[in-house]
Amino acid sequence: MQRGGSGRLSRRLPGGFLASLVALLCALAPPAVAAAANKVDPAADLQAFQAYFHAAFPTVALDDFANGPYAVNQDMRKQWEEIMQFPPYDFALDAGKTAFATPFKNGKTYAGCFPKGGIGIRQDYPYFDAKSGEVVTLDLAINQCRVRNGEKPLPYGSGEIAAIAAYMASTSRGKPFDIKIPDDPRALAAYEDGKKFFYTRRGQLNFSCASCHVQAAGKRLRGDILAPALGILAAFPIYRSAWGGLGTIDRRFISCNAQVRAVPLPPEDRTYRDLAYFLAYMSNGVAIAGPGARP
Amino acid sequence: MPSTIRVRAIAGSDTTEVQVLIQHPMDSGFVKDKNGTLIPSHYIETVTFAWNGKPVFTAYWGPAVSKDPYLKFAFKGGKKGDPLQIAWTDNLGQGDATTARLL
Repeated sequence: MQRGGSGRLSRRLPGGFLASLVALLCALAPPAVAAAANKVDPAADLQAFQAYFHAAFPTVALDDFANGPYAVNQDMRKQWEEIMQFPPYDFALDAGKTAFATPFKNGKTYAGCFPKGGIGIRQDYPYFDAKSGEVVTLDLAINQCRVRNGEKPLPYGSGEIAAIAAYMASTSRGKPFDIKIPDDPRALAAYEDGKKFFYTRRGQLNFSCASCHVQAAGKRLRGDILAPALGILAAFPIYRSAWGGLGTIDRRFISCNAQVRAVPLPPEDRTYRDLAYFLAYMSNGVAIAGPGARP
Repeated sequence: MPSTIRVRAIAGSDTTEVQVLIQHPMDSGFVKDKNGTLIPSHYIETVTFAWNGKPVFTAYWGPAVSKDPYLKFAFKGGKKGDPLQIAWTDNLGQGDATTARLL
């Protein structure tokens, strides 16, 4: 009996030791998790980001997020479907196609500056350029191409650059965003910079990008429905009825910043490019639907 | 130069629905440019639609119509393949015309 009792006691010992070990590990766990959260982990961010929107809009398919407010509001969707029988960006698209094919003074064309002749590549932009150590957007690449061929860069925001970007996007429709963040501390820093800008409150109204496009996505802002941040760049450049023409991502960033009464950055500012990099990466898997039409 | 007129005309059982989009600046003559000089008025005055040569719709427009105007109407009759002639002229005497087939 005594033996057996002591045997039970000795058998219990390792169990008790294990329990205390588990308790010790639990006590250690929170700082360990916090350390992991502080590490830049774009893949984990992407998963959490997309999971949030899937939970918020369980009936919306991933590709449909490219359609912004129309994906989350039935009334607007009906109006949009009517509009899309005659897309308002049609004329600009034609102008973009012509501009894209028109040779520069040196006889070269835009096609020579881009992989695959510039056709069907929108989903790869913006990308991290290891040579310059900066993020290159499609708009920036278009102007770099012009400068390399001895032409003046186009003004950003609207007009010809938007038309060319619209044509290039139209050749990439249906191809999912495929943004890569190379294992380069500068690329991760650019991603972090974009992410920080997205979540930082600014302006007199003290809104961050996320205040509207994450927290309040799908809700009304006066007469408009706020687009979810997931897939938000997939339809750019967009024809906005309020603009009466095409506008690029820069134009949207600038007007968003101005609307929260913050001082906007110049177009194609490094931080705006980082922001586009972050947003496009978060939308990996969403098919390109540009150019788009918005109210 | 591509046509300034986009048409979609669909023949139904007893009516035909026509939609057009016309590329035009539609300057009212009241707007100033960046330097403060008036942009002279330049707007479409008439748009005509003829089905098999018979006028079915005529619009008299003025400076109040928006840029790149869109128009939608329906008329009785029409069957698939019928020609629909569309023409516009503006206050500067410019214009464009096209013939579409009913779908």
